[in-house]
Amino acid sequence: MRRSYLLGAGLAIAVTGMANAAMAQSGEIKIGEINSYSLLPAFTEPYRKGWQLAVEEVNAAGGINGKKLVVVSKDDGGKPADATTAANELVSSENVAMLTGTFLSNIGLAVSDFANQKKVFFLAAEPLTDAITWSKGNRYTFRLRPSNYMQAAMLVEEAAKLPAKRWATIAPNYEYGQSAVAVFKKLMSEKRPDIVWVDEQWPPQGKIDAGPVVQAVAAANPEAILNVTFGADLVKLVREGNTRGLFKNRSVVSFLTGEPEYLDPLKDETPEGWIVTGYPWYDIKTPDHDKFLKAYQAKFNDYPRLGSIVGYQTIKAAAAILAKANSTDPEKLIAATEGLSMPSPFGEITFRKIDHQSTLGAYVGKTALKDGKGVMVNSVYRKGTDYLPSDAEVEKLRPKD
Amino acid sequence: MDETTDTETRASKRPPMAFYFVQFLTGLASAASLFLVASGLSIIFGVTRIVNFAHGAFYMLGAYVAFTLTERFSGALGFWGGIVVAALVVAVVGVIVEMVLLRRIYHAPELFQLLATFGLTLMVEDLVVLIWGPDDLLGRRAPGFKGAVDFFGQNIPTYDLFLIAISPIVLGGLWLLFQRTRWGVLVRAATQDRDMVAALGVNQKWLFTSVFALGVFLAALGGALQIPRDAVHHALDLRIIVDVFVVVVIGGLGSIIGAFVAAVLVSELNAFGILIFPKISIILVFLVMAVVLIVRPWGLFGKPEAAARRTPGLTVNPWRPLTTNERWLAMAGLAVAAMLPLFAGNYALTVGSEIAIFVIFAASLHFLMSVGGLASFGHAAYFGLGAYGVAFLAKMAGLPMIVSLLVGPLLGLVGAAIFGFFAVQLSGVYFAMLTLAFAQIVWSIAFQWVTVTGGDNGILGVWPEKWAAGPASFYWLSLGVAAIAVAILRVIVFSPFGFALRATRDSLLRSEAIGIDGKRVQWTAFVIAGTVAGFAGSLFAYLKGSVFPDSLGISLSVDALVMVLLGGVETVSGAVVGAIVFKALNIWLVSQTDLSKLVLGGFVVLIVVAFPKGIVGVLETIRNRRKSSSSESSSKSSLATSRIETAE
Repeated sequence: MRRSYLLGAGLAIAVTGMANAAMAQSGEIKIGEINSYSLLPAFTEPYRKGWQLAVEEVNAAGGINGKKLVVVSKDDGGKPADATTAANELVSSENVAMLTGTFLSNIGLAVSDFANQKKVFFLAAEPLTDAITWSKGNRYTFRLRPSNYMQAAMLVEEAAKLPAKRWATIAPNYEYGQSAVAVFKKLMSEKRPDIVWVDEQWPPQGKIDAGPVVQAVAAANPEAILNVTFGADLVKLVREGNTRGLFKNRSVVSFLTGEPEYLDPLKDETPEGWIVTGYPWYDIKTPDHDKFLKAYQAKFNDYPRLGSIVGYQTIKAAAAILAKANSTDPEKLIAATEGLSMPSPFGEITFRKIDHQSTLGAYVGKTALKDGKGVMVNSVYRKGTDYLPSDAEVEKLRPKD
Repeated sequence: MDETTDTETRASKRPPMAFYFVQFLTGLASAASLFLVASGLSIIFGVTRIVNFAHGAFYMLGAYVAFTLTERFSGALGFWGGIVVAALVVAVVGVIVEMVLLRRIYHAPELFQLLATFGLTLMVEDLVVLIWGPDDLLGRRAPGFKGAVDFFGQNIPTYDLFLIAISPIVLGGLWLLFQRTRWGVLVRAATQDRDMVAALGVNQKWLFTSVFALGVFLAALGGALQIPRDAVHHALDLRIIVDVFVVVVIGGLGSIIGAFVAAVLVSELNAFGILIFPKISIILVFLVMAVVLIVRPWGLFGKPEAAARRTPGLTVNPWRPLTTNERWLAMAGLAVAAMLPLFAGNYALTVGSEIAIFVIFAASLHFLMSVGGLASFGHAAYFGLGAYGVAFLAKMAGLPMIVSLLVGPLLGLVGAAIFGFFAVQLSGVYFAMLTLAFAQIVWSIAFQWVTVTGGDNGILGVWPEKWAAGPASFYWLSLGVAAIAVAILRVIVFSPFGFALRATRDSLLRSEAIGIDGKRVQWTAFVIAGTVAGFAGSLFAYLKGSVFPDSLGISLSVDALVMVLLGGVETVSGAVVGAIVFKALNIWLVSQTDLSKLVLGGFVVLIVVAFPKGIVGVLETIRNRRKSSSSESSSKSSLATSRIETAE
């Protein structure tokens, strides 16, 4: 007897908890933001600061066509199912004009599919998977960050110049690692047919047993190594690699390692001379970036990570889209976004009409040690536009709307 | 260099013998931390029978505290002193936890302590971020062990040699402690028969506390010793806890030598396995455990569990079907729940659907765990199989929703039939761990078989058809299925089959003596539970519109366990209440705060202390105390208590 009674009661409690959802007040435009705050605080804390700064700036400049911009932020705990719940709450209860955010690729895809089904505009901030704009792309979803393919293409450009012929790969065993390696191999082999791939290691994400992995790669005796691990795995890999001399006299090309999120924890163990993508905030001398950097440091008394840029630009882009559309109707938002150009701390970016990918680029450079800390040197900004396949290829990759 | 393919290259460049030796040593070094943590867990389990889920949290705390201490105090003394002091500090935390929390619940149903330690783990994960910040921390290298030694052209880190040395030292120390001291004798005696030790007048309280302290010390030491090779971060606990459980089980519960051998076995298999199958790490430990448990049901060095004696001082209310009045009340409750769409918004209805789905899921586990006495740690496998079944049918075969919903869960049935056959050959924690191993194997298949399952990018676009697409229709659908599933499971509980199942749970020997085919009954129950879980999963796929491997994952299995325990493992309707409370609270907290783990963990711990028999269990006790005199219940209680042990 108690069960069903309590089923009702429990639901009633749940309802009162959630029904206090504010009705969309006039004079306000709400954006729903979802990210893995509790699972990945190292990335999402700077990210949150970034978008908070953007909200402040947008409202200080008069909001969106006179309306105040409000961001309602939810945690997804790193689970796609919870992200869908959060998306539902934001859309159904908070009446947000659009969804933004997400970090992990599978969560980005889950929310993008939700957006497609519910006909809600979604601006994916961080997920790198190529699927989100190509094989599983849909008309409601746009993506800010340079994709896996773009970052691979940027790295391949440098890697192909290396004399090395024998290559080994180390990548986390999940979609991100797999597709990073696949794209890198494909593009690399096109440019350098003489290359042989002598070993590949696939440690589980977050659980690398670095000693045996380093030893196994060393045994294959490659001339160069592609690394895709990041975070704590990268720290373990680098420490074991340094101790065992894996990186000595070998070129290393590494995804994302130049981002402060991943480079800073390496401290004095930072390996030198790795070719990486990243964000050398200390080295970027453009007016756009200076303005951002000053505002960020003034507000938070901390230096920005790449996550700060992503969070900042996500909300800036959302504000620009809402302002141009002058409506919260998803179809008008899509029309406004396709082909929309806007400034960013990295220079002007455009949301492409063809695949809804932004042309935000990344910095490519080499790692170095400076005062016991890891830095990126000789960094060059690579525009996203230059590292995307031709329109004809993209059309083949992306399903028709 | 004229190699053209991978294979040729590998063949022509066979590594020298020294490489294999160094790889072996590297495996030994990896085994060291596993062994330290596993030995602690094994000791604690052996004596107190607590499945200490928080063991990973203590490991992580050890690493964090050691990081702080070694950063503050430099030099060799500062470093090594910091490591030891960190382990001691965390051991003190362990003592406090044991005295304040666990002592209160030793007499609760078995596995209830798992709930308490699960709550603690959730809290610690958020607390370390609050205290030490979100960034990954890089600890110092050990003074004197910074470099590597050259061995025929291969580098062996000196710290690895240190780690290789430390595990035999700890093993020897523990052996001396257990064989040569009075305390050790008591611990061994308690591991064999703790009731007898208590009857002989040994102060069990302090014995348990000291054992817990030692176990936590070892875990924290294992964590502290990792700082020269690892980064310290807030997910360290989950990274190690499952592996450590596996190691303990492979070695045999309560066996320190077993833990050592298993740690070495697992680490070496991994070190050499990745040379042939670079993707093996993700599943290796579970494969090894599944094989070991099928061949040796009590692990490599374990002994068959002695028939459990019932815990004294427990009164359990015998189960009975609902009375007519209660049936009406249940119907009324259902009617109220069905009226939710009249006044609630879309979001609340979607949450309601999710809660209803988890009611089905928790009820199916409850059927296996409370009625059958078989606690599964991998029940999500059948939930996820149901979800994938629907996704395959709907997306690939393009079948209509009704057909997919009805046929999809059959994948859960098939999975349960195959894995259940092996799993029911075991009992207790070994059963639990084998189900976990199977679940992880299914998970890794879903994760790895990208062409079919989409890997961790999942299968998208599994949305309901028009008739069920509205939040209200889908809510009614979920509620209806939940009501039917719970009703059917209840009918089975009070059917002859249900009585037979409860007989095997209460005493396998006696039930077989009266002609019940115990294994067959348990297997059938396993298949029923798996199929019902599959139905929950298939609804879940349509609710979310997509299926990902984490619907087969450990955390979902743990969630189900928590729901059943929270509601009350000894009750018939506990799972329903537990699912509603846990899921509603979880969704609400995640939506309201980034510190949802801290609050939820705190809530779970509070519930454990306030309701040591689960929510429904305590409510029933109160009602019974009011209703009946003690004479009536005492005669039945002896019958009912015996199943507490078997419910493990």
